[in-house]
Amino acid sequence: MNRSDLQTLGERELAKQQSTGCRLLCCGSTPCLSSGGTAVQEVFKGILKENKDLKAELAVVSTGCMGPCSRGPLVRVQRQGEPDVIYEKVTPELAQEIFKKHVSGEDTNQAEANILPGDIPFFSKQKKVVLANSGLIDPERLEDYVAQGGYMALANALREMTPEEVCSEIIDSGLRGRGGAGYPSGLKWNLVRRAKTDKKYVVANGDEGDPGAYMDRTLMESDPHRVLEGMAIAGYAVGAEQGFIYVRGEYPIAAKRLEKAIRMAERRGLLGSRVMDTAFNFRIDIRIGAGAFVCGEETALMASIMGRRGQPIPRPPYPAQSGLWGYPTLINNVETFGSIAPIINNGAEWFAGIGTAKSRGTKIFALAGQVENTGLIEVPMGISLREIVFDIGGGVPNGHTFKAAQTGGPSGGCIPADYLDTPVDYDSLRELGSIMGSGGLVVMDDTTSMPDVAKYFMEFCMDESCGKCVPCRVGTVQLYRILERVTAGIATRNDLTIMEELCTMMQETSLCGLGQSAPNPLLSTLRYFRHEYEALIKDDLPLTSDRFALATSSVLPRQEVS
Amino acid sequence: MVKNKSRRAAEIEHPSGDPRFNLVDRTLKRFQYQQDALIEVLHTAQEVFGFLEDDLLIYVARQLKLPLSWVYGVATFYHFFSLKPQGEHTCTVCMGTACYVKQAAEIVAMLQAEFGVAPGQTTADDKLSVATARCLGSCGLAPVIVIDSDVLGRQTADSTLAEIKARLSGQIRARQLEAASANDEVEEMEAETL
Ligand SMILES: Cc1cc2nc3c(=O)[nH]c(=O)nc-3n(C[C@H](O)[C@H](O)[C@H](O)COP(=O)(O)O)c2cc1C
Ligand code: FES
Repeated sequence: MNRSDLQTLGERELAKQQSTGCRLLCCGSTPCLSSGGTAVQEVFKGILKENKDLKAELAVVSTGCMGPCSRGPLVRVQRQGEPDVIYEKVTPELAQEIFKKHVSGEDTNQAEANILPGDIPFFSKQKKVVLANSGLIDPERLEDYVAQGGYMALANALREMTPEEVCSEIIDSGLRGRGGAGYPSGLKWNLVRRAKTDKKYVVANGDEGDPGAYMDRTLMESDPHRVLEGMAIAGYAVGAEQGFIYVRGEYPIAAKRLEKAIRMAERRGLLGSRVMDTAFNFRIDIRIGAGAFVCGEETALMASIMGRRGQPIPRPPYPAQSGLWGYPTLINNVETFGSIAPIINNGAEWFAGIGTAKSRGTKIFALAGQVENTGLIEVPMGISLREIVFDIGGGVPNGHTFKAAQTGGPSGGCIPADYLDTPVDYDSLRELGSIMGSGGLVVMDDTTSMPDVAKYFMEFCMDESCGKCVPCRVGTVQLYRILERVTAGIATRNDLTIMEELCTMMQETSLCGLGQSAPNPLLSTLRYFRHEYEALIKDDLPLTSDRFALATSSVLPRQEVS
Repeated sequence: MVKNKSRRAAEIEHPSGDPRFNLVDRTLKRFQYQQDALIEVLHTAQEVFGFLEDDLLIYVARQLKLPLSWVYGVATFYHFFSLKPQGEHTCTVCMGTACYVKQAAEIVAMLQAEFGVAPGQTTADDKLSVATARCLGSCGLAPVIVIDSDVLGRQTADSTLAEIKARLSGQIRARQLEAASANDEVEEMEAETL
């Protein structure tokens, strides 16, 4: 398939969609399906099966995530020439009413109360670039993606741009890695491009180990072809012929959809050998993770792709110099790859025009925790935290007040209410002692105890430490034990000092990012909520046998490995 | 790891003649007995056998010409692989951040109190295994549990207990979460014409 075939395919599919009188788009993402979406889809499909004559004017489409997950199951009604209508919390009965109103044209208002207005801040404050197709297309159909202009960026890059030009386009766009650290992507691409070896690899990091975050899962489930297209463009730019996409083991649907997407793209000649009738070959294989947080770290991830224990190795050499099987390897987060096609299509300037001076473009956040509207959002960089939590998120429910927002998961920190007006970008968050991270944003209200949160994350890091380096393996255990004493109310002031010393030691001496950043949640809660720790500390506590036992217990009862 | 990508000359068949080994063999063949495919092979092995017993690990090690210690090291490194048999039903409680701040710990405490099993354990009658997970990617529905691969959101200790009891007594069988696309037929048709 070449460029003009692609165009024809897209136009044909678009014409077909537009000639369909009514399209019922049902969210087929995990949150909606598990809150009753399956039954809703069955109602629509049943209707379609009974009325075969409706086939020309009615289409039922199972789409990816529409965003406001807490309001699911969601159904979007698309009628030619009319604005879309979105229904929330749809039940099988309501599905019947929706069908009657929009397809049969009956005058019923039963479902009126469940209409989600399209102009609420949840939608209007967002800017969809990477998630542009999410919730609008059927992720299992290549044609749907092509109808939205899919694979055009790859076609244009292959025909009109040299690999060098692709790299400079990415550099000019100012795109920074969405996996956490925010390294400029174009520079990384250029490093791999300049390496002179016969083999190179491209790896998409879809491990998403950060608990409380599900942006990457949603992207892979809702628009798998976008990730593949981004990887293929990267392959062309750096001169690689083989790509791997590493999907977290907990995400079977994402893996299944990607697998199907790769098969379909290969059948159409959009991947595989001689991509779009050019001399460029690019294969993509999926690797399924097996449940280890540290495998999100790039060197550990590569060890895991090679079938080994996912333990990091010291850098340098960086993967761009020596990665998979010793060859230069480009490794980016899946959301980073998701941003590539829009940049090639609309130009670097357009992308650089969104966001702030040092953080360009948009970022997807998974909004969760104690907030009214939980769900997946995509916002321009530089938006204030207040807008995210209160306008898009709808504030804290049940009459509680906002206490802190946690970003960056176990490598990040908490941002207290005083800093709600800080713009959300890589550098401002870092100044506050947190990080942008991969995009998990968990809101905590006044019922949350901060030492408890710190203990929670320390337990996470202790469990997930791979055990290779001493500062991380031993440091996390020691910190966890002190935090246990703190939360039990038997710690001393001296313990706080020891904790701070240990934190610095771990940051400076750990082998990989896991250990270096494990102290962050603790340090940031100490920084903003020190009074909570101090309230738990009793200096004049007598040394009871309980306290003595806790203070001297040598090995913690750890969870059994299952 | 020893670099050895050569195809095996003669395949060793498992002496027990258990047909499930054929499925493992199929994955081995698909990856051409490459040692790098160890994790893929273990995934398949766990899928067909339910857990990785010693015999199975020895078989995989032989087939891939890897030291058993290497295979064991990989199998124990990843949380996903289980070296112990699982109960008839499994209940996984998410303890990711979003679920944690929404009191998922209460569900774990309830399971311990009601069934006497901590995460990672199976009841004595082999009916129920309990596990915890670090985020199941459905944080919008926190707290989330997975029972027999069905994802259930917005759970409380009570609703979880009711669900487990219903399953243990056989009232509910596993629901199928995955909804197939309504346009599957159309797509197949189009695929044919191309
Ligand atoms: C402990 C640890 C966990 C990580 N987890 C992830 C992850 O889940 N997803 C991800 O994309 N990057 C993760 N990273 C970052 C990767 O090492 C790497 O920087 C990233 O994939 C590069 O892609 P980017 O430049 O597009 O951000 C993790 C890093 C560390 C140290
Ligand atoms: S934290 Fe439980 S599903 Fe994400």
